[in-house]
Amino acid sequence: MKAALAQIAPRLADVPANLALHAETVHRAAAAGAGLVVFPELSLSGYLLMEAAPEVAITLDGPEMTRLRELSREAALAVGFVEEAPGGRFFNSAAFLDGGELLHVHRKVYLPSHGLFDETRHFAAGDRVRCFDTRFGRVGLLVCRDFWHLGPAYLLGCQDVDVMCVLSASPGRGAESGGGRFESVTSVALLGDTYARSFGCHVLHTNRAGVEEGVTFAGGSEAYGPSGERLARGADEDPDLVLVDVDADARRAARLRMPFLKEERPHLILRELQRVLAERAAPRY
Amino acid sequence: MSSPSVPHLDTELATRVLVRFLRDEAARAGFTRLVLGLSGGIDSAVAAFLAAHAVGPENVVALALPWRGSNPQSLEHGRLVASAAGIALGVADLTAAADGLLAVLPAPTPHRTGNVLARLRMVTLWDRSLAERALVVGTSNKTELLLGYGTLHGDLASALNPLGDLWKCQVRALARHLGVPEPVISKPPSADLWEGQTDEGELGFTYDQADAVLSRLVDARETPNALVAAGFHRELVDAIVRRVVQNQYKRRGPLIAKLSRRTVGWEFRYPRDWAT
Repeated sequence: MKAALAQIAPRLADVPANLALHAETVHRAAAAGAGLVVFPELSLSGYLLMEAAPEVAITLDGPEMTRLRELSREAALAVGFVEEAPGGRFFNSAAFLDGGELLHVHRKVYLPSHGLFDETRHFAAGDRVRCFDTRFGRVGLLVCRDFWHLGPAYLLGCQDVDVMCVLSASPGRGAESGGGRFESVTSVALLGDTYARSFGCHVLHTNRAGVEEGVTFAGGSEAYGPSGERLARGADEDPDLVLVDVDADARRAARLRMPFLKEERPHLILRELQRVLAERAAPRY
Repeated sequence: MSSPSVPHLDTELATRVLVRFLRDEAARAGFTRLVLGLSGGIDSAVAAFLAAHAVGPENVVALALPWRGSNPQSLEHGRLVASAAGIALGVADLTAAADGLLAVLPAPTPHRTGNVLARLRMVTLWDRSLAERALVVGTSNKTELLLGYGTLHGDLASALNPLGDLWKCQVRALARHLGVPEPVISKPPSADLWEGQTDEGELGFTYDQADAVLSRLVDARETPNALVAAGFHRELVDAIVRRVVQNQYKRRGPLIAKLSRRTVGWEFRYPRDWAT
């Protein structure tokens, strides 16, 4: 299977324009042989939305989702959007669509709210991390900060994830150190390598490009193979369409060589975690 | 401290990011041209080089804005920069305008005269902005912004500021990387408002000292006490902290008296790049 990392630069708070950009990108990726196209976080809306977040929200049964379902007949796609859910809640969500169907929605679990991030102001946090079956194997979706915490990746690993799709809108931060890239880009690369080799899975990480509000999104989308090998890398900061082969046989070989999943002990982790939480809940003073 | 260590900069990355910033953000606002004042100093020189890379030198409107009190060397250096960046330089002498205004202001001091000049330059650049369909590029660096070493509604007024997250020493490194002429880099920084004026003379400390202290306070979040323990003079650290706090008003818009449930700046907070 060939996948495409769609490193786009969406317009800010302009869903119709971004839907058109998605369509054009899917056409291009499908023409190049891609069966799956992974877009960045909030690809339909742009990232630094502030109070515009509810105004660009879409619902899972709305016309935008209908259009995305149509597009998914050309290639499966993972897209990011503001989801309006019942109860006046808004989520920073990612959807996976294939063959005209909406297969899964992941609502961002970890909402950064520090520094230039202000996500808890606008979004409710998701409360589940689930794998789902596709024609490409078991897929798990993570949105940006979900990837920086070890828990979500571990939970996907315990569900036998084959292809971990990560949708990011990571602002470039730290230009002091040298090497031609933001320091924030270097950190995230280490995580892709680690998760891929720990779970013998593919990691498809799309980070967006472009500038919003003076903030430059660093691009540099990356795909990792099941032994932690980097398969492809997108341009720094520029929009790009990165094609990568996602080979199921490579996963089988990697898991035979390093059978981490066979030897994983989730019950031990659960038991110890429960003990830690119980101890933490006990009053200390 | 005789030679404080100052923050580094990946000049390759910074150039790429700042050029894209100018080009993309101008385009979002519907502009393909940029306008800026060339003072003959290092900050506007770096901004001019970046602007030329971003939109092409033919799309940069550069203006020298001297008056009778200006050091003639400033205009010479402005020409040097424009020529090195491949930009045409216009000159608008502000003497008549400044004298006209100063004549009706009671007993102008050098400080107030400096503000008048900075604001006349702002008026001129924003007029050229509309006339030439070119967005105004600011040249205030991070050190100046934090110290409040700039005139509100004067040189602090711009549409896009590519230098605002660069310490002065980083501006110097970037100037070398971009090929800014050496005399512009090596001369003592000056607002050139009166003869013999230098920034460092007026501030009472050097930019290297300010950069070393500010980068540790702001970027590394160290405390003033930790800096003193590390060998910085208490007077220097205190003077810098005082300036940062006192000048916060220059870094924010005017305060709005809140009445409604949805007030501009509080509940009504939208990105400037809204729908672009």
